[in-house]
Amino acid sequence: MDVQTWTYIIVIATFIIYIGIAIWSRAHSTGDFYIAGGGVPPLANGMATAADWMSAASFISMAGLISFMGYSGSVYLMGWTGGYVLLALLLAPYLRKFGKFTVPDFVGERYYSNVARTVAVLCALFVSFTYVAGQMRGVGVVFSRFLEVPVNYGVVIGMFIVFFYAVLGGMKGITYTQVAQYCILIFAFMVPAIYISIMMTNNPIPQLGFGGTLSDGTFLLDKLDGLHEELGFAPYTEGRKSTIDMLFITMALMVGTAGLPHVIVRFFTVPKVKHARLSAGYALIFIAILYTTAPTIAAFARTNLINTVNNASYDQLPGWFNKWEMTGLIEFDDKNQDGKVQYVADAEKNELTIDQDIMVLANPEIAKLPNWVTALVAAGGLAAALSTAAGLLLVISASISHDLIKKQLKPDISEKGELIVARVSAGLAVVLAGHFGVNPPDYVAATVAFAFGLAASSFFPIIVLGIFSKRMNKEGAIAGMITGLLFTSGYIIFFKFVDPEANIPDNWLFGISPEGIGSVGMILNFLVAWVVMSFTPKPPKEIRKMVEHIRYPRGAQEAHEIEM
Amino acid sequence: MKATKKNLEKYWKQNLKYLVILLTIWFIVSFGFGILFADQLNQIRVGGFKLGFWFAQQGSIYSFVILIFAYVWMMNRLDKKFDVDEK
Repeated sequence: MDVQTWTYIIVIATFIIYIGIAIWSRAHSTGDFYIAGGGVPPLANGMATAADWMSAASFISMAGLISFMGYSGSVYLMGWTGGYVLLALLLAPYLRKFGKFTVPDFVGERYYSNVARTVAVLCALFVSFTYVAGQMRGVGVVFSRFLEVPVNYGVVIGMFIVFFYAVLGGMKGITYTQVAQYCILIFAFMVPAIYISIMMTNNPIPQLGFGGTLSDGTFLLDKLDGLHEELGFAPYTEGRKSTIDMLFITMALMVGTAGLPHVIVRFFTVPKVKHARLSAGYALIFIAILYTTAPTIAAFARTNLINTVNNASYDQLPGWFNKWEMTGLIEFDDKNQDGKVQYVADAEKNELTIDQDIMVLANPEIAKLPNWVTALVAAGGLAAALSTAAGLLLVISASISHDLIKKQLKPDISEKGELIVARVSAGLAVVLAGHFGVNPPDYVAATVAFAFGLAASSFFPIIVLGIFSKRMNKEGAIAGMITGLLFTSGYIIFFKFVDPEANIPDNWLFGISPEGIGSVGMILNFLVAWVVMSFTPKPPKEIRKMVEHIRYPRGAQEAHEIEM
Repeated sequence: MKATKKNLEKYWKQNLKYLVILLTIWFIVSFGFGILFADQLNQIRVGGFKLGFWFAQQGSIYSFVILIFAYVWMMNRLDKKFDVDEK
């Protein structure tokens, strides 16, 4: 069977699974809808968190990104995993003990203020919409590349699927579809990785093959460093970014990860505090499987690519080269008219431009794997994009129906009414996300820095202070959150939108790029919150009691039961 | 131990101590070995890896996993000791 038939079969089969799960796990109450009734087993929550977290970008683009950045790409690997340590140690158990529905809910209750709640809602909405637009686009792109369906139809099909299980099942439906999606995406990611590792280093475990030797007896990484030197690139295993920028970007990504509302909310869904800690550990194992494999694919694919194409005659290149050339992901421009491909660092002489996504998408063909493996990669990409989109849509819908309507505008709304509002806002969010997927704002790529920067500089500090300081009051929290937010967004907006040409290291504050500035925003948030707190009154007694209460685990289950 | 006010304070202090220890390790394996001292560690080779590079792209992630499970184990024990665990 050809690739396309295989892709149709596998993609349709996975969609049937998702819809089946959605029907089986319909939500009956707001508790079901927001937090899956608080009854998700830790292992399932770990898988769901992993799928929630790993987006189209992690699945399709990250390995390619690292393959072009080499050592500097480590900021993503450490940044997007190290955040889970912060999450497990500083946030998850306490937020689970607190036992409410959303992140703005915690901010609003802990700081006894609807102003704080509203600022938190705005941050949550902004971060989530930024992110979800990219996911819907990712769905469309996978459809167009593998099934030759126009991108926009792909987006609409994706919208329909997400709409079905997010609106019907809420968190409960999403959780169990995410478990299935995790299994599909990790299988799809690992199969080609294992094949290519065997092919190049004769070792079935990519993490070991990464440090292994090639058929000519040289170590893979030495060979790659050597090839880079030959072609005029900086060595693969050494740094190009400045140390201070590496530090601040890694910190911003870690803290941003720990502050993303769609990740935090997953820890509200387990029955006990100790399950919240444990499922953070499971989640990181499931994530680490992909994150320790991605850099191996990066190195294998890059070595393979350079060996295959550099100085090869254009008409003798393998079939995948021409196929991906047609999609525009590879471009060849024979500048010196010698009929051969020159791939070098010098932009004047370089004849080849390669899109980073190709490293994962074309991997099965480059490694000459069977057609069903290529089809599997398509299904994996879709699983990664859909699972993340659904988690984000739920945050958007809960922020509106719970934090704006139930807690502020119409407190006397019945549970049934709230559930209807939650479903309607989830539905509207799907449509809006689809709109962004069809008409992607051209700043989507630039806004990723934004999402992490804002999560790092707004949520993370005040949640940590809310747990670890009894003295922290609403004045401090609001001032801190607004300072972090304004500083970070101001810096990013200036360099990304107002004056993109000025976006060079010489102009950066202390040499910190917009990607890393969220770390500075976070520090400012902590400082301002602390100073303002020192001049303003203590929080009321019941708040200090509440903080005491969330610090030890006993009684967490009751907290959920009262709420429902 | 009974969950009196004084014991709860002790429990919290012990918890903070664990956090300081674990987060120090967290910082050292990633920011330390992976970034600040990567060049020095790269002089050491383990198989085909330069050690600094290995920490940045592999070792730090394995360490994070171990840190979380160490934390889970330590806290479960502490909860029991101070009788604040969930029944």
